[in-house]
Amino acid sequence: MNKDQTAMPLEHASSGDGVSLPDAPQAIRPTVFVRERLPGVMLPVTGVIVFIVLWWFAIRFFHIKPYIAPSPDAVAATLFNKRWILLQNLWPTAVEAICGFLLGNGMAIVVATVFVHSRTLERAFFPIMVLLNSVPVVAKAPILVLLLGNGLAPKIGIAAIVCFFPTLVNMARGLESVNPQALELMHVLSATRGEVFTRLRLPTAVPYLFSALKVAASTSVVGAIVGEWIGSQYGIGALIIQATYNFDSRLLYATVICGSVLSVLFFSIIRTAERVCARRYETRER
Amino acid sequence: MSGLKPAIAFEQVGVRFSRGGRDVVALENASFEVPESGFMTLLGPSGCGKSTLLRIVADIIRPSSGKVSILGETSAEARRARNIGFVFQDAALLPWLTVIDNVRLPLQIGRSDRREGRHTAEELLALVGLAGREQDFPHELSGGMRQRVSIARALLQEPRILLMDEPFGALDEITRDRLNDVLLHIWRETETTVLFVTHSIQEAAYLGQSVMVLAARPGRVREIVPVELQGPRSSSTRELPAFIKLCGQLRRILETC
Ligand SMILES: Nc1ncnc2c1ncn2[C@@H]1O[C@H](COP(=O)(O)OP(=O)(O)O)[C@@H](O)[C@H]1O
Ligand SMILES: [Mg+2]
Repeated sequence: MNKDQTAMPLEHASSGDGVSLPDAPQAIRPTVFVRERLPGVMLPVTGVIVFIVLWWFAIRFFHIKPYIAPSPDAVAATLFNKRWILLQNLWPTAVEAICGFLLGNGMAIVVATVFVHSRTLERAFFPIMVLLNSVPVVAKAPILVLLLGNGLAPKIGIAAIVCFFPTLVNMARGLESVNPQALELMHVLSATRGEVFTRLRLPTAVPYLFSALKVAASTSVVGAIVGEWIGSQYGIGALIIQATYNFDSRLLYATVICGSVLSVLFFSIIRTAERVCARRYETRER
Repeated sequence: MSGLKPAIAFEQVGVRFSRGGRDVVALENASFEVPESGFMTLLGPSGCGKSTLLRIVADIIRPSSGKVSILGETSAEARRARNIGFVFQDAALLPWLTVIDNVRLPLQIGRSDRREGRHTAEELLALVGLAGREQDFPHELSGGMRQRVSIARALLQEPRILLMDEPFGALDEITRDRLNDVLLHIWRETETTVLFVTHSIQEAAYLGQSVMVLAARPGRVREIVPVELQGPRSSSTRELPAFIKLCGQLRRILETC
């Protein structure tokens, strides 16, 4: 699976014009050689190594000052030396992101359920939600800080808000995308609305929900960090601001890497959950 | 067959949909009766209201005019008593349930209605030739097999009326012929009343005790043709002169629709 995905761009490149050649014998395609020699994880790892080497060369040969951009080895050293400070600040950000994720997605699922059962409520409240969603996060953040004070609450609130809307839209679409004949079957069986929901709509929506949750996994971390930009004393966001003001590019890069790792970790957890669930709920018909 | 109380009776039934401000007459002045344990096939061009007619019987839609009586009651009562089985064109299995759980789905819905008929879900699967596939998922089955699962599901609570909307329309001819014989076997055993929609003249003539031909724009009953063929149906039935004559007759009626 992974292997195929990583080999895909190369395969396209090999046919020149970006069109794959299904009829070409396997043996004459050079990419097959590459694909068989390099296991799935090797290609991305190679990419990362190439990137780091290029970064290192760029810093050396263009004589970039350390306060503009650090070299990779300096960042690595900072990651190690300041690991306790980084972890201390990573922890609250993770808590905010997780709480915001649970809150935002939970609300989105509830609201989607309500909308699916009441066209009136949907028509009344969906437009205002679209409008609020169109306000950029950086503009919403100060408003929430004013409303919720300076503790964990505004950060959780911001993380929740950025998760909310995409999940609402996806979940509502999933709940609506039931097979119309299955819906008629439920009617013939005299199923109640609750039964239609639990037996038909919810399982149909599970794949839609997961694709939204995967997006939310990363955006909840972004939301928490943006929340910490505004007058916070702790967290990845606060550390980013502090490092920037002090021209401490090494700490800045190390902090950003910590934030990314958190995002990726969170995403992987959701994807694992998705794979476990997919065995039961993925729409495999047609 | 008893001739006393019809299982399905339509009296001057009409259905109109309003679509984009315009009224579409899906069915006009439909009157007919199907006797208990009868097998009637519905034949007609697309859009002539065949699915609409079946949906009225199943109480999925209400007619705009006329009177419908199902087993002497209203269609809603018949539906609530689980007297109606419906087989859809695309099988409509739930992809996240195994074959056996799909067949048992009717038992999971509604509290008071949970009872199997004479046959258990396993027995029904064996009856439609799917013994041993109970734990498979729908995507592991062919189209014909899925349709058989949905037939088993429709039969689980032994409905007195079985409605089938082009159930074999998407299948190849050999598979369809085989499933026709499976269906006739089940019908004889269960004595259920069947209303069966098809596009195929041959299928309509082979299965039905009578064939109702519908005309389009507006949808209406064109003619009800009794099928007079001796003995049980088999593959040689299709070669009988009487069968070939009947198919020709049905074709001529359809051409005037
Ligand atoms: N829900 C609906 N809304 C509007 N028009 C409909 C609806 N269902 C069916 N129709 C119209 O009613 C007519 C009969 O439809 P249908 O019963 O599905 O025909 P058939 O099954 O014979 O092909 C068609 O013209 C169709 O467009
Ligand atoms: Mg139809």
